[in-house]
Amino acid sequence: MDLKEKLVSSFLAFENSIDVDHPVHDIRSEAIKTFEDKGFPGRKEEAWKYTSLKSLQKIDFSIFPKEAEALEYRDVKKYFLHEIDTYKIVFIDGIYSSYLSETTHDGVDICLLSAALSKPMYKPVVDVYFNKGAAKDDSITSLNTAFSKEGAYIYIPKHKAPIKPVEILHFSSGSESAIMLQPRNLIVVEENAELQVIERHQSLTGNEVLTNSVTEIFAGENANIDYYKVQNDNPSASLIDNTYISQNKGSQVFVHTFAFGGKLTRNNLNFYQEGSGINSTLKGVTILDNKQHVDHHTLVHHQQPNSESHQDYKGIYNDKSTGVFNGKIIVDKIAQKTNAFQQNNNVLISDNATVNTKPQLEIFADDVKCSHGCTIGQLDNEALFYLQTRGIPKKEASALMMYAFANNVLESVRIPELKKRINKLIAGKLGVRLGFDL
Amino acid sequence: MNSTQMLKIKDLHAGVEGNEILNGINLEVNPGEVHAIMGPNGSGKSTLASVIAGKEEFEVTQGIVLFNGEDLEDVAPEERAHKGVFMSFQYPVEIPGVTVTNFMRTAINESRKARGEKEMPANEMLKRIREISEQLEIDRKFLSRSLNEGFSGGEKKRNEIFQMAMLEPKLAILDETDSGLDIDALRIVADGVNKLRSKDNAIIVITHYQRLLEHIVPDFVHVLHEGKIVKSGNKDLALELEEKGYDWLKNETVA
Repeated sequence: MDLKEKLVSSFLAFENSIDVDHPVHDIRSEAIKTFEDKGFPGRKEEAWKYTSLKSLQKIDFSIFPKEAEALEYRDVKKYFLHEIDTYKIVFIDGIYSSYLSETTHDGVDICLLSAALSKPMYKPVVDVYFNKGAAKDDSITSLNTAFSKEGAYIYIPKHKAPIKPVEILHFSSGSESAIMLQPRNLIVVEENAELQVIERHQSLTGNEVLTNSVTEIFAGENANIDYYKVQNDNPSASLIDNTYISQNKGSQVFVHTFAFGGKLTRNNLNFYQEGSGINSTLKGVTILDNKQHVDHHTLVHHQQPNSESHQDYKGIYNDKSTGVFNGKIIVDKIAQKTNAFQQNNNVLISDNATVNTKPQLEIFADDVKCSHGCTIGQLDNEALFYLQTRGIPKKEASALMMYAFANNVLESVRIPELKKRINKLIAGKLGVRLGFDL
Repeated sequence: MNSTQMLKIKDLHAGVEGNEILNGINLEVNPGEVHAIMGPNGSGKSTLASVIAGKEEFEVTQGIVLFNGEDLEDVAPEERAHKGVFMSFQYPVEIPGVTVTNFMRTAINESRKARGEKEMPANEMLKRIREISEQLEIDRKFLSRSLNEGFSGGEKKRNEIFQMAMLEPKLAILDETDSGLDIDALRIVADGVNKLRSKDNAIIVITHYQRLLEHIVPDFVHVLHEGKIVKSGNKDLALELEEKGYDWLKNETVA
């Protein structure tokens, strides 16, 4: 049985584990039909031209993992931003770990989707927002919607801001030889409210993992959201991430994606600007080696006048790794005075590495500023020579150059401890030996 | 061969992709000496500096460069640095994300490692950084900034001299270090260079103008024209050039 058949036929069993009378279940039933209809996207579809899910579909993934053994905090501490205090929503094999988590209901709700879906007090928010941002016609997203049951639920009411950042961590324990996870996150940040999130998927063994994640984020008027995706998973873990962000007027949403690990990663990052004075900022650093594959598909849809978007993605590709950047910007006819900026710079450090980069601009307004630029290149020889004349050997000098190239994106990271962490991850991945203690 | 000679360049021809830029340079530099190399734009001054520092783009087609008696032909730029060659860049490169301090530490320890020495202890490093930055009137904040990123032209040049002082080279080549400096910065940079002067070190100052040489007084002045040294003299030659311009020499060589 292939993966699609297995998923579709599992839906009945899934229904036994949930409340089928809840209105959300109608949404799920619709979604499984969409997935059954469309199946997994193939390479004939333009959006999946460079990313094949074929080999993943041959793996016999366990879809309903059994409860894994508890993890000791000391064993997974390094995956947390433990230098600072944070709220934590932690899952092991898709199942909530209250032991590792730190949630709150103190003026804000930082807890679980399963709770939000089952308790009446959350119903007003769920009714308004659940599945309202996610694409109904996208098969992969629909697959997640059909099985949506657990994930992070964050609700920040008007004028509130949690006292610390929220970490969302999905561990896979390796208790199954292959596991498929489908976390679903719902994040609502109301008018003038603020939120910082760090999201991470981490496999703890070399067993196969496929995560199909959907996150819906709603930013109210003048809301301020900072979202960090740290993708540094094991070489046997694959991730399809679908993030849908709806922004109201005056809101600011920054998403940083750090793609260093994993086997296959597909990031579908979608911004919908539904007001004026919005700032959407998308930044990414991708550093790959071996046969890693990362595909960034971004969409910024400007639907109202006087808003801006900034995209800056940097990639470094070694060995036989492959990368994709597809950046789509749509400016509606009424979205005059839009300022949309997109930049994608890549460095290939191996003859066998590949990058496909494509800006896709659909502009229907006539008074806009849009700029885009893609580069694929090698390191600047003059800069290398400069470092060599200071006694730094060529190999270290090029590592340092790449570090500098990638590091540039980090300036907008607003959690200093996270910035330091990412700095170190980048340095480690590039083999730069820098003393950080001076 | 004179055993005290530090740098000996014999009949050096070099260029890029078949274009010959250096056309038979002869130059000898002994420890304790300061040489100035002057000349109009395009005369080959920066190329000469880059060839001594080991830039791979330039192909040496003829002649030889000896440093302390050793042929530098197959010696990589970083190895030349480890042996004590330093070149200050006309256009220093920006390295975002790497602080001046961290960069300096990496550079110094790489050289030490290559010479089989232990890493410089952090406290000693910090002490030296403090001393030298004070000498060069460099703001402490500047040391935790990313290397050359967003630095003004003057700050970049000062940073070059800071690096030179930290690395303590035997031979320092200053490529147009005076360009972009106001008169106060020029004095500070010149003081920094003069502090390095000793009987064991040599300095080659490449410049367009005489004004830097009022502060770093050279023992010898050479004039480069079309890839050749067309005239050598003492510091008075620089003054003469300032007065008469390079055309005077161009005419003289033709004649």
